[in-house]
Amino acid sequence: MAAGMAITGDARRLYLQAMAQQVRRSIVEMINGAGAGHIGGDLSVTDILTTLYFAVLRIDPETADRPDRDRCILSKGHCAAALYSVLALRGFIPKEALQTFMQPLSALNGHPNRRKVSGVEANTGPLGHGLPIGVGSAVASRLSGKNWQTYVVLGDGELQEGSNWEAAMAAGHRGLDNLVAIIDRNRLQQGARTEDTSRLDPLPEKWATFGWKTVEVDGHDHLQIYDSLTAPRSGRPLCVIANTIKGKGISFIEDRVEWHHKVPSPGEFERAMQELAE
Amino acid sequence: MNGAPTALAATFDCRQAFAEALADLARTDERVVAVCNDSVGSSNLGSFQKEFPDRLVNVGIAEQNMVGVAAGLANGGYIPFVCAASPFLTGRALEQIKADIAYSQYHVVLCAMSPGLAYGALGPTHHSIEDLSWLRAIADLAIVVPADPEQTRAAVLWSADSGRPSFLRISRFKVPSVSEAQKDAFAFGRIDVPREGRDLTIAATGVMVSRALEAAQDLAAEGVSARVLNVSTIKPLDEDTVIAAAQETGAIVTVEEAAVEGGLGAAVAAVVVRNAPVPMRMLGVTGFAPTGDTGFLLDHFGLNRAGIVAAALDVRVRR
Repeated sequence: MAAGMAITGDARRLYLQAMAQQVRRSIVEMINGAGAGHIGGDLSVTDILTTLYFAVLRIDPETADRPDRDRCILSKGHCAAALYSVLALRGFIPKEALQTFMQPLSALNGHPNRRKVSGVEANTGPLGHGLPIGVGSAVASRLSGKNWQTYVVLGDGELQEGSNWEAAMAAGHRGLDNLVAIIDRNRLQQGARTEDTSRLDPLPEKWATFGWKTVEVDGHDHLQIYDSLTAPRSGRPLCVIANTIKGKGISFIEDRVEWHHKVPSPGEFERAMQELAE
Repeated sequence: MNGAPTALAATFDCRQAFAEALADLARTDERVVAVCNDSVGSSNLGSFQKEFPDRLVNVGIAEQNMVGVAAGLANGGYIPFVCAASPFLTGRALEQIKADIAYSQYHVVLCAMSPGLAYGALGPTHHSIEDLSWLRAIADLAIVVPADPEQTRAAVLWSADSGRPSFLRISRFKVPSVSEAQKDAFAFGRIDVPREGRDLTIAATGVMVSRALEAAQDLAAEGVSARVLNVSTIKPLDEDTVIAAAQETGAIVTVEEAAVEGGLGAAVAAVVVRNAPVPMRMLGVTGFAPTGDTGFLLDHFGLNRAGIVAAALDVRVRR
């Protein structure tokens, strides 16, 4: 059991903040070492993944394949550095492996591969793939009576992919209340703001009309995320719209479209690590 | 020589054998589930639905979701049989087949119903002639094309037991049995040789196997001894049997109800040029089809006994 499940209140908040800071430092180091990566989205999704892996998911690195484990699927697979950092900190993969991120023949590809990395549930990367897989997992949970929970973490830009809405419709129709979609709503996609590219708002209303319960949270407030994921659910799948800042935690990267997959210069790397040390 | 059948052999829609085998499997293995896209009728899943209502997941007309859902069910310990019309299963969900099934290596069985020219006059939007070319390019995905009901049943049983992702092309166009005389109807990765011959080889798959056997009879009447291969596993290809055919008969005609660009013909040619170059002819569907029923279209593209005989005589001249 992760430490964040056993403690409560301020202790949980402080613990998750400390974990998230370690994850952010790891992400920046990995991208610096690889000379590649998706730094903006990694940093916006960090607090969501940290809360899931350290306070919500019923998983255990010692029994990573147990049939009734909770499933977490990172649909925005380009944020693999954030996922690998969390998995290493949680004990699924050795921390030293993070240094091999995107190096030749490393298990840690630029997008996650479940055949190579313990704790990865699906080989994501092309957008709009995670939610359908999550729907299948949720149906399997119900059918088998093993009652695990399925969490799918999506980017907001990828909601422009139609496959998400096929899955949203099926999940709403089936009333899959063991399924949670968490939207990393940082309002930026690779080339521009989501709302200037192909408008997503009003997002809560969209999910609601597909039969989902919706809730909006501050996607960098661990306790808000935690509360949204652990509140009792009944009859409907849950969509948590986590309002985030792309590049969160590094002042000169925050909310800047050019940092989708830019790599820090040596000087920028120094400044970033200083900001994350504070 | 003429295009009429040699005998009034009984013919079968392989979807019936498929549905029976799937139901038999489901009775003995509770991990077996079916996933479909509003295709209960066209995939012959009506009785499965009656017997196992909870184990039929109909996602509606949404092929990308259908294949993703299957990956999720496999993640959850089930063995999903995705049953959908081949053109939409492959064309619409190609990226899900690649990433969610093959690359993720989930044990999902993709059951492509009514492939090739089966939809006849519904036209090229509904034909599935590209599937073999597209899927052969995807790593770690087995491609199986049963030629008759016995092979269909055996392939379904194999796929459930295989532990690996596979694509089964289930014919709708009625075919006679070609494997009933064999001890085992189908073995994964094995090319069967339903007719021996010395002068050339006709390598056929699926619907075309029975027509290749008819053509071989006509050729025999003209003194030409044609070996017939039933290539029921397209990928991985039984290279030894192909190489032996090239070396021993000196010429090969391939016949498939699919585009020749990347299907059986291309697969056989790649093995032949590397190992035992011999003249080849590749028969298949060579463009968007005109309007017509399946039988008409097969004739139109020369995918009949007369067309195979002509190709065989032509390639033999060049030996």
